[in-house]
Amino acid sequence: MLARRQRKTVLSGRLRRTVQLAALVAANGYWPGFARATIYTGAAKGVCVPFLNCYSCPAAFFACPIGSLQSLLAATHNVSLYIGGFLLATGAAVGRLFCGWLCPFGLLQEVIALPRARRVKLPRLLTSLKYLILVLTLLLPVLWLDKNGIGAPYFCKLFCPAGTLEGGLTLVLGRPELRVLVGWLFIWKVSVLAVFLVLMLFIHRVFCRTACPLGAFYGLFNSLSLWRFERDGARCTGCGNCRDACPVGVEADINPNSTECIRCLECTKACQTGALTYGIQSSNRSVEKSVGRKL
Amino acid sequence: MRKHQLLRQNRWALFGLAAGSILCVAGILRGDVAMVLNKAARICLECIGVG
Repeated sequence: MLARRQRKTVLSGRLRRTVQLAALVAANGYWPGFARATIYTGAAKGVCVPFLNCYSCPAAFFACPIGSLQSLLAATHNVSLYIGGFLLATGAAVGRLFCGWLCPFGLLQEVIALPRARRVKLPRLLTSLKYLILVLTLLLPVLWLDKNGIGAPYFCKLFCPAGTLEGGLTLVLGRPELRVLVGWLFIWKVSVLAVFLVLMLFIHRVFCRTACPLGAFYGLFNSLSLWRFERDGARCTGCGNCRDACPVGVEADINPNSTECIRCLECTKACQTGALTYGIQSSNRSVEKSVGRKL
Repeated sequence: MRKHQLLRQNRWALFGLAAGSILCVAGILRGDVAMVLNKAARICLECIGVG
């Protein structure tokens, strides 16, 4: 039993970083794009990934669901069944697991954060901002129209720091014809990116926690998704180890399926009694039992 | 019994999964993938902040 727990602890630790790096390379493996300052145009670009990944990044193989959803909303004034269904199905399956395990922008935030960033708690007002951004992301493309009645992907256009980093800076630096188009909008977006880069040093996953519309959407599914956490009240001693270990300030001993949880599994590693389990839940027991002890 | 309990405990997740899958397939059949490809295979000037 102990050997099984130890094995799973190792899996949930090093494996997560390996999976994050693999997702980064798999989603952004078109290296010639950087050399030519152009983007991949193959059929895979029609496929969405379940995380923020700008499709104007020179290395991107796939489409960003938020960018695609907004672009189609702006063009057709209808929600794409394909993207809406994809987000609903993936959210219902695993909730915000993609944030913690696949998102390249999440990986960047984890890599550059200072150690003390993990201890920063954010007020509810700030963590609620992402829901406002989610609503605006969905509404503005159909409500804020130009004189020809056409909307725009306003989250991407005005805010998304991931797009600025992955697509904006790389293409603008690589293509002289784009550099002449740089104006106040680009300066604004680079400023937004710069602010977030600084905040990332001091606040763990600050963009995910305060501004990501995709994380906000997936977070709504955390408590009812097929794969989720469960707390065994009989085993929980209330020691608070899970709270201390959580990098995004979730009180896992009270609400392990909080909308803020990115499912990094740090809480299950910190739990000495195995009170936190994860997997497909049935009754009071998890079908797939979790790790419980820290090595 | 265990299977019934599993289904009951996860009914909303299964409903979301099924509904999402059906919508996704309907969207693919409607041609949404081609529309996404059409958008994503071009440099989005707005997305990179120069449009």
